[in-house]
Amino acid sequence: MEAIFIILTGALVAMTCALLGSFLLLRKMAMLGDAISHAVLPGIVLAFMISGSRDNFIMLIGASLAGLLVTLLIELLHKKIHLQEDASIGISFTWLFAIGVILISAYTEQVDLDQDCVLYGEIAYVPFDLIYFSGGELFFPRATIISGLLFLLTLGFVLVAYKGLKITSFNSDYAKSLGISTLAWHLVFMSMVSITTVLSFEIVGAILIVALLVVPPATAYLLTKRLKQMLVLALIFAALSAIGGYYLAVLLDASIAGAMVSLAGFFFLLALIFSRIRSRSLKVDAHLKG
Amino acid sequence: MNDVWAFFSFSDPTVRIVSLGTVFLAMSASVVGTFAFLRKRALVGDAIAHAILPGIAIAFMLSGTKNPIVLMMGALISGWLATWAMEYITEKTKLSNDTAVALVLSVFFGIGIMLLTHIQHSGSGNQSGLDQYLFGKAAGMTEQDLWTYSVVALLLLIVVISLYKELKVYSFNPDFAAVSGLPVKAIRRILNLVTVLAIAIGIQSVGVVLMAALLITPAAAARAWTSSLKIMLFLAALIGGISGLSGSLISYLSPAMPTGPWIVMTLSIITLLSLFFAPQRGALSRLLKQRRHSQKILNENLLKVFYKLSVERKLEEAGLNVGELQAERAINKSDFAAAIKRLKRKNWLLAEGEKLKLSSIGLVEAKRVVRLHRLWEMYLSQRLNLKEDHIHPNAESMEHIISPELEALLLKELDFPTQDPHNSPIPYSN
Amino acid sequence: MENQTALEVHNLTASYQRKPVLWEIDFKVPSGHLIGILGPNGSGKTTLLRNIMNLMEADSGYVKIFGKDLDVVRSRLSYVPQRESVDWNFPASVREVVEMGRYRPGNLLRRLKSSDKQKVKAALEKVGMLAYADRQISELSGGQQQRVFIARSLAQEADIYLMDEPFVGVDAATEEAILSLLSELRDQGKTVLIVHHDLQSAYQYFDWMILLNTRLIAAGPKEEVFNSTYLREAYGGKLNLLSKLGEIIAREQFPLREPDFKEKEGSGDE
Repeated sequence: MEAIFIILTGALVAMTCALLGSFLLLRKMAMLGDAISHAVLPGIVLAFMISGSRDNFIMLIGASLAGLLVTLLIELLHKKIHLQEDASIGISFTWLFAIGVILISAYTEQVDLDQDCVLYGEIAYVPFDLIYFSGGELFFPRATIISGLLFLLTLGFVLVAYKGLKITSFNSDYAKSLGISTLAWHLVFMSMVSITTVLSFEIVGAILIVALLVVPPATAYLLTKRLKQMLVLALIFAALSAIGGYYLAVLLDASIAGAMVSLAGFFFLLALIFSRIRSRSLKVDAHLKG
Repeated sequence: MNDVWAFFSFSDPTVRIVSLGTVFLAMSASVVGTFAFLRKRALVGDAIAHAILPGIAIAFMLSGTKNPIVLMMGALISGWLATWAMEYITEKTKLSNDTAVALVLSVFFGIGIMLLTHIQHSGSGNQSGLDQYLFGKAAGMTEQDLWTYSVVALLLLIVVISLYKELKVYSFNPDFAAVSGLPVKAIRRILNLVTVLAIAIGIQSVGVVLMAALLITPAAAARAWTSSLKIMLFLAALIGGISGLSGSLISYLSPAMPTGPWIVMTLSIITLLSLFFAPQRGALSRLLKQRRHSQKILNENLLKVFYKLSVERKLEEAGLNVGELQAERAINKSDFAAAIKRLKRKNWLLAEGEKLKLSSIGLVEAKRVVRLHRLWEMYLSQRLNLKEDHIHPNAESMEHIISPELEALLLKELDFPTQDPHNSPIPYSN
Repeated sequence: MENQTALEVHNLTASYQRKPVLWEIDFKVPSGHLIGILGPNGSGKTTLLRNIMNLMEADSGYVKIFGKDLDVVRSRLSYVPQRESVDWNFPASVREVVEMGRYRPGNLLRRLKSSDKQKVKAALEKVGMLAYADRQISELSGGQQQRVFIARSLAQEADIYLMDEPFVGVDAATEEAILSLLSELRDQGKTVLIVHHDLQSAYQYFDWMILLNTRLIAAGPKEEVFNSTYLREAYGGKLNLLSKLGEIIAREQFPLREPDFKEKEGSGDE
């Protein structure tokens, strides 16, 4: 029973990340996802210290502020101080992450997070934090409900915002020329990424969020040229990584999140080999014909 | 306070080892990281740092020991593989570079975490302390470790010094490097190798997650102070070393505190201060420069008003009062008063009771500004083919910018004209 | 549409990395012409286009389209960026890209209307790409990609078309096809401004020209502009004085307009 909840939660988180990550990939902003996932740590820790609990709402606010802070810091360093972009990103998120770790070490009593958990989450504990419905008859883990809602929210967002995401990802200058506010779209999109990062932090940890954002979409991108197909394939690989990853972790008695990512990486490798063989054989064909 | 003295007396051998080791690690990472910074590959360094984790785990699993040399070999292989993978994915697929970096970073790290937790849970004993690689725990450094790191750090230094010229060209001007026959591929491979090595040992102090900071942040700080590569490398090493020392100090004073984040904290603060306060390139100096410019502009605009009223319109030989001046040009009262004060201080203006008058050197200066304005208008009209009614705004700005050297060029270009396109005379001072 | 001023650029100075690349550009362009913007590499041609479309901020001056600000008449303009400015590996079909020409800030969250889809179809037909409508853009040749960009632009049904180097890397047949399409637009009274890379074909293609080399050399009918004097000036290297001034401006970050300065519209200043 517990296994089902863990797998379901993992799959929901992975699929949410797959949807957003596909556009992150197309917008060539994969490293911004990395930056945000590190930078939200101090926000989460402070929220924890203030609220004294794992109240998601306060954590969401704390982390969103941290996400906003890192974005502003990067902008300040890059645009106003004219520091190169990669260094602006690198310095900003490592600094914020360091602050987060220091806070955890300094306030270990108040903060119920340990350093390792921060990196790779505690999805194994998901089934033990339950919410009860209908007078105790029905229950679901809190995390599963939240990831379910998050997935629905993200799915709705992608469906409604599909055209806007397409044009601002493909040709932002052209979009601007039509009067579309690419800045607004960027901020809304990054907010969705931040919200997802924060809510999934507890479950899969900082670094592994990045993997879920990038790897299944990258795998899908290698296999198809159509956007709708890419999104569907990304969802499939995400779900498979979650399901298979759980069993791999059980087999090896290892971190579930780590196993999910390793499996996602394995799928990517397969797709990579497949696409290289396919392109070689196309070249041979062309060579033979021409 | 006693503790701080105790630390710096270096009488405790552990303190000696830990602080020396951390400083060496930090310095070699900072030097190597400077090249990564110049090639704009900060995030690649981050990826490599995360990617060495599985190498360490596998090395441990295969050898059953925590011998640092063995683990470092594992780290090297893993790091090297990651570098190759990022390049391969970028070159051979339609995936972009940033995706390749994020992918390699997270997948390798995920595999590393999976193996690490597997080791921890398998209870084979002897496995504790492997997770120090995540955040760094310099306190566990032994004398043997110190020797290993010193040798490696020295090696890195030797490589950088002997290949200095080639690395310099490659970092600042890779296209030129390729064209001028430098073995670009070999240089890139050596630089990659050296970077992976520096990272493999550097994570002892700051851990995997924050390693990128140790590579890039000192370089960013150094860059704010200079554009000379030699000085940059020296400064980066210095800043890295200081941060390493301060991280060790804080860890010593408060054992619950991890070394890594405090090293990064020190680095970040030094860097942010540098970016803000460094002369010339710093943000503060830029703000001050802008203020100087606004003052110069106000001063010179005021001089022009004096010139127009007293010389051209021949008003009041005895001087002008503030009201007449204010009527001529719209400047707000406080700026106006401040400018008058500055002009008086430079002795370009003389006060005669209520009235103000240009001094003789003030007149020379006023003529210069008016001359530049009208010369520039000639230039705009003749060389840029702008019509008479379109040249004034740009000339208003340029009159403050043209240096004496450029004025000489301008005069030669236009062949010492006597009138501007509006037929106003161009004043010369002799 | 009779001869009105389609575009007015007034005292436009614009910088790249704090160094001016356009100095006080000033000209007016009448409607109903096929206009070539010419000049050597780095002369500011693309910067000019980007400034007209307000994709970047200018240091001074203004641009007016049909006498109004861009935001007021935006729907009458269509911008075709350089083909290489886009990643053609993006997973989209030809039709999907052309459909973007019907997107507006107001309709992004809704589906396209059937009238929009009709216009897309018509545009595809005009450029001869209807048969490829469902092909993925990564499978197209350079010329086909350019046709898709033009179709997207046509779908906007604009009055002014701004195109950045549409003939680069394109096969001869496509070049001819695009040119005849643009001439047709001109004959319908539309205004087409093209940043062009090739001097040889310029005289044949355009009826009006703008010669740039960080400053305006000449702007007018081709017979007046395309002569050896102007061409020599345009292609004879940058003005030394401007380059040196540009360096000082970049280094010292001097402002190019004083803060209290208000751009006067029309003509007439001191």
